Amino acid sequence: MINYIIRRLLIALPSLLGISVVLFTVLALAPGDPFEDLANNPNVPPEVRMALRAQFGLDDPIWQRYLHWLGSMLKGDWGFSFISRINVDTLISQRIGVTIAVIGMSQLVALLVALPVGVLAAVKPYSWFDRIASTLAFVGFSLPTFFTGVLFILLFSVQLGWLPFVYRSDLSSTGWQWWVDQFKQSIMPITVLGLFQAASWMRYVRSAVLDVIRLDYVTTARSKGLGERAVVNKHVVRNALIPVVTLVALQMPAVFGGAIVTEQIFRIPGIGSLLIDAILRNDTPVIMAVTFVFSCLVIFFNLVADVLYGWLDPRISYR
Amino acid sequence: MDKHERHIRQLIDEVRDGQLPRRGFIAQMVGLGLTAPMAGMLLMHAGVANAQATIPYKGTKRGGGGTLKLIYWQTAVHLNPHFAGGTKDQDASRIFYEPLAGWDSDGNLVPALAAEIPSKENGGVGADGKTVTWKLKKGVTWHDGKPFTADDVVFTAQYAGDPATSTVTVATYKDIKVEKVDSHTVKVTYPKPTPFWAEALTGIVGCILPKHVFEVFMGAKSREAAANTKPVGTGPYKIVDFKPGDSLVAEANMAYHVPNQPFFDRLEVKGGGDALSAARAVLQTTEYDVAWNLAVEDELLKRLEAAGKGRMEFYAGSDIEFVSLNVTDPWKEVDGERASAKSKHPAFTDKAVREAMSLLIDRKNIGEQVYGRGAVVTSNFLNNPPRYRSPNTKYEFSIDKANQVLEAGGWKKGADGIRAKDGVKLKFVFQTSVSGPRQKCQAIIKDACTKAGIDLELKSVVAAVFFGSDAANPDTYQKFWSDIQMFTTTMGSPDPQFFMEQFVTEQLSQKANKWSSRNLARWSNAEYDAAHKASQTEFDPVKRAALFVKMNDLVVNDKHIIPLFARPRPYGVVNKMKPVFSAWDNTTWALGYWTRDA
Repeated sequence: MINYIIRRLLIALPSLLGISVVLFTVLALAPGDPFEDLANNPNVPPEVRMALRAQFGLDDPIWQRYLHWLGSMLKGDWGFSFISRINVDTLISQRIGVTIAVIGMSQLVALLVALPVGVLAAVKPYSWFDRIASTLAFVGFSLPTFFTGVLFILLFSVQLGWLPFVYRSDLSSTGWQWWVDQFKQSIMPITVLGLFQAASWMRYVRSAVLDVIRLDYVTTARSKGLGERAVVNKHVVRNALIPVVTLVALQMPAVFGGAIVTEQIFRIPGIGSLLIDAILRNDTPVIMAVTFVFSCLVIFFNLVADVLYGWLDPRISYR
Repeated sequence: MDKHERHIRQLIDEVRDGQLPRRGFIAQMVGLGLTAPMAGMLLMHAGVANAQATIPYKGTKRGGGGTLKLIYWQTAVHLNPHFAGGTKDQDASRIFYEPLAGWDSDGNLVPALAAEIPSKENGGVGADGKTVTWKLKKGVTWHDGKPFTADDVVFTAQYAGDPATSTVTVATYKDIKVEKVDSHTVKVTYPKPTPFWAEALTGIVGCILPKHVFEVFMGAKSREAAANTKPVGTGPYKIVDFKPGDSLVAEANMAYHVPNQPFFDRLEVKGGGDALSAARAVLQTTEYDVAWNLAVEDELLKRLEAAGKGRMEFYAGSDIEFVSLNVTDPWKEVDGERASAKSKHPAFTDKAVREAMSLLIDRKNIGEQVYGRGAVVTSNFLNNPPRYRSPNTKYEFSIDKANQVLEAGGWKKGADGIRAKDGVKLKFVFQTSVSGPRQKCQAIIKDACTKAGIDLELKSVVAAVFFGSDAANPDTYQKFWSDIQMFTTTMGSPDPQFFMEQFVTEQLSQKANKWSSRNLARWSNAEYDAAHKASQTEFDPVKRAALFVKMNDLVVNDKHIIPLFARPRPYGVVNKMKPVFSAWDNTTWALGYWTRDA
């Protein structure tokens, strides 16, 4: 098992290297200039821009810039943003808390909704409960978050005036009031994202459980006289979870990546908005760092999923 | 022009004698086509003592006003005014840092860190026009308690003027000399007589940095200064917390050098999102007090205002939306370059065609229907400050007249209804950036042109590309590889010298300078060049104003450049909030003066 994990991690290294080369090359070849702002400001002489480009090494050949980036990355130096001139790790760490609190929470909500609803719907397929749940799920994932988000804002903020729609990372209140304020400003984005995710996951859970529940061993368990609850929990769900685990594990890096659209609507300072700002302004070091961390997480969670399979189904072994 | 000049001189005399109030003079100058700041400078130069412009302030004690919340739809990423490329960064750093003086909406200098505004009377402005002596305010302290002195001013000029520091203000400081006279007096020396002596050390480019904080971070080390995000300034609010790309929190500076200021205890600035929802947050839900630059269709704004919770305020600067008719031929290569300065546009060389194009733009209708309060129809390129606004131009919309002009010019309609002459057809490509109002505007112009036998092909380019500076992209506005284009250009300084530089021959945008210079229509006129050159050394403000009016008339009357609208800056403000804005300075330039009615 340990051997397996170590081997997988070693295999990951060349893939990460490959990913970074591709990312860097694509970014370097993409048109644009991080100092466009300056170019459009007639009061700034072009020499300032040229000097900055030279100072930040933008005029060097691509391979030189890549080696330079790789070298400092290996030393733990993530570089600094061309735009804000602030270290990239500072920028990311400032946003990771909010991202996990909002996006992570919404994934949790999605899981808590999707699992029980999906299982119940599959246990009694085509019952009223299943029909209502499935209909809502279709509605849920047909409506994009930018639509539901604005709908929520119009209803709860503008019409009813119950909730604020501008997310503040610097709430001034303290103690209990802080928790209340935090709850009030988080509930809309969490619900919007959570329900959207829950809708599709619920369909997956339902179909996974349906596949398993008709198998012979389930009938055997029932005929042994086991209670329905034990049959579903111990025998059905555990086996049905394997495809669901894959899905959820691969979704986890997205928690880090944030939800660009929702972050924009509610002005949540998450990683997603950092990335999109960086892309729009050609801020290579930030784009590289965020996407690179993202690829690491994808590889890591893939591994987690594989390890979880073994726990869920002891027949799967690692060699 | 002489008549014009005499008139202005007479008015100045009237102000001097007390027959005409300053404000009246400025209003008249605005009517003549000069910007308000220039009008103020006119009086100053003419030796009419500036009864120091002040801003009324109603607050009676420091603090106690609660929290002031501003919302931007772009976000500040650092707080050093000399690195601030974008408005959002400038506005955010201006909360903490102050210049010697700022520009109010009438274009007057209002002292901030200066004790008084230099003038010829008080000996501040040297007789040769090369030196300016600033007396600094005493008893000012930095946020860390250290005193503010002439050393800080001298240091700021060195810091910003050092090319290795890579500031965006380097152009202002690299050629001037700032010396300390005594602990609270500095002398600025220009290499040549400089009519607009007030650029350095005022407004956003003039924000003074503390020497004791930034001294070790001059030159190439400038990036490492912790104060780039944790400012130590002299302003009315002190930094509490700053999250780049998101928000900033500040608290009242209880040791601020203006009595009874600031009014508010706490200040919060939030960025991100889009303009429409920022408007909502102020006008509908009042989560925020003031929203910056609400570039939203006027009709939507009016609907939000109908909630009765807030109002829109518009400040007229000299940002101008205009149409350019290419002087060069964008479709033929000359010496391997499209739109080479050596080529001539086949149709637009004929003034009749340009005349017709100008007659075919229904400015009034477009302004009212598309932009609402967001556009002021104009026939001038240089609109503000008012003393530079030309009274000599006018605009007209008439399809009949356009047809007559073209007919008289020998452009006859062919079988397809399109006019042509000597094998040249009036078929043009008209490009602009992707934006709802601009596409509506294009459609209206195309419709009128069709009626006059001119065929327009409309093209819209994504703003990031159109305004991008990518020398490899053929669709940038700098390359202008189409017949017609339309966009807004901004005027950052109340003095038009730099603004009007965009039509001098030296600035022709072409391959040789990687299309990085400013004359995009590639319009060239010897008389204009001479006038612009003269304005750089003309110290008599009246003659200088007349020069700018002349430049405006030359450009506008040649019809390659067709001005459409001046674009005022729109702010959303909640009821009871009393902000102080200026079209010539940052949103936060006078933050200490903001109050809220009980």
